[in-house]
Amino acid sequence: MVNPTKSYRNTFLILLGALLLIFIVNISLGSVYIPLKQLFLAFVDGEVEKESWKSIALNYRLPKAITAIIVGSGLSISGLLMQTLFRNPLAGPYVLGISSGASLGVAILILGASFFGATAAGFAFSSWGHAIAASLGAFLVLSAVMLAAIKVRNTMSILIIGLMFGSLTASVISVLAYFSSANQLQQYLFWSFGSLGNLSWNEILVLLIIFVIGMTFVIFIIKPLNSLLLGENYAKSMGVNVKRTRNFTLIATSLLTGVITAFSGPIAFIGLAVPHLTKLLFSTSNHKILVPAVAISGAIIMLICDSIAQLPTSEYTLPINAITSLFGAPIIIWLLVRKRKITY
Amino acid sequence: MDLKDQHIIKTSNLSIGYTSKKNVNTVAADLNIELGKGKLVCLLGKNGIGKSTLLRTLTKVQPALSGEIFINNTNLKTLNSVELAKSLSLVLTEHLPESNLSVYELVALGRQPYTNWVGNLSETDLKFIDNAFEQTNTKHLINAKYYELSDGQLQKVLIARALAQNTDIIILDEPTAHLDIHHTIETFALLKKLAKDFHKTIIVSTHEVNLALQLADILWLMTPSNFMADTTENLIENDRLDQLFESDLISFNKTLKQFTLSNSY
Repeated sequence: MVNPTKSYRNTFLILLGALLLIFIVNISLGSVYIPLKQLFLAFVDGEVEKESWKSIALNYRLPKAITAIIVGSGLSISGLLMQTLFRNPLAGPYVLGISSGASLGVAILILGASFFGATAAGFAFSSWGHAIAASLGAFLVLSAVMLAAIKVRNTMSILIIGLMFGSLTASVISVLAYFSSANQLQQYLFWSFGSLGNLSWNEILVLLIIFVIGMTFVIFIIKPLNSLLLGENYAKSMGVNVKRTRNFTLIATSLLTGVITAFSGPIAFIGLAVPHLTKLLFSTSNHKILVPAVAISGAIIMLICDSIAQLPTSEYTLPINAITSLFGAPIIIWLLVRKRKITY
Repeated sequence: MDLKDQHIIKTSNLSIGYTSKKNVNTVAADLNIELGKGKLVCLLGKNGIGKSTLLRTLTKVQPALSGEIFINNTNLKTLNSVELAKSLSLVLTEHLPESNLSVYELVALGRQPYTNWVGNLSETDLKFIDNAFEQTNTKHLINAKYYELSDGQLQKVLIARALAQNTDIIILDEPTAHLDIHHTIETFALLKKLAKDFHKTIIVSTHEVNLALQLADILWLMTPSNFMADTTENLIENDRLDQLFESDLISFNKTLKQFTLSNSY
């Protein structure tokens, strides 16, 4: 008998082609019009007509597009991991309060910096400071939700517990905000709108390093995640170390969501919507296919959202969060209405 | 080693039950089970008597209160989870979480204890998966999604998954709970065939008492006072079956070899 596990090579090739295309579209869009040829020359270190074009391309558009790819992939993978682990189609980094946890970490750092004195204040504005604080915050909330999930098997309860943790962290942030200066408050507020731009190459390096570490953990849990599709008891009976899988998922999700939230703010819906769209496209639950597929789809969708946020031919850039919600919420509603039940 | 000592499952002075912070709740004590290869065992007992506790203890899901369990002459405590997965597979009653798994993917998951770290299927794996479909007569279902199956088909596919795991022992927890009489008999016939033709040791907890009386090689009876393991004939001979349900409504009819409604009803 032939192994009927489908080959997805063509779908992957199409996805990669789409990624390349939208990447080019994305970097060619912006408040300043730069001809494609000149953009290309800027990247290959050729002669560009205007020096400012080269600077815009290399120091603004390229970093932003790369950030979008990492953010989209990372959040989508986090969503996929959580949907499998919590056996819950509505799980995702934003819904379960993980993004709120990361926000809390950053809020304590920015808003609470004055309490901790000058050294802390210096640390607060470094990129590593944000990344570590956000990852710790994400880790804290995710651990709490996971502990609750071990006690409470009901998937709906887990969602509600996640929402409650989200509200809890939000209220702590409000209290912090009440006691902080206008300057700090403004800084935090801008961060919380979400933004893919404004990252220096150094910050992108930090983002990339932690992204790679997180993804390494993901690769090692592809196989046990597949057996978890049958539930924990079956997984155990097939020799899977469920505790280790849970811990790896915890670490990977905290790192990915944490570092991404630190640099781009809490971004809604990508983590929830992209895994569903990918499962719809690939019609499989096999994580060996889903992990790369979700990563590429996440990157594509984040680049699309960012391209829309540019408001082509306009000087303004919309907050990225507004676009992802505009895009994500209708998709979830459509999925629920059309399929009646979401598989994951 | 003497052939008589070749027990696939053996327990010595096994006590099962639960421990909470304050007290120990013993469900059954001093179980001395000796089970050979290729037997179909039906575990009978009324609701809440501790059938699941026994199965959970034998499969290392929960620890024994005291005593030892040996699987293929190896102490269960010293087996790691992958080694155990290679000698013992499960078919559970619980509902599967929703997913997009196809029947083939579901059965292929049974090969997990043998595949490499990323789960690639080797030629041997494919052969075992193929055999599992053949033995359960489910080849025509491989491209379906598992949620499209009827309860009867799903049960066979879950048994195929256990077969793909290629273990000496298969333990099933009330596999026919949701099935009609046709599919119940079909499932038991399949289990009987697997025990007889492929020398699997199969332990089934079930409420299909009359079917168990006809098909099982060995019955395990759990009653509030004791645990009995013997062949059906011996248990009937010694009038053990009447102890199974301490009720005026139902009694064991020795000539029919069936449980029937009592005259007092």
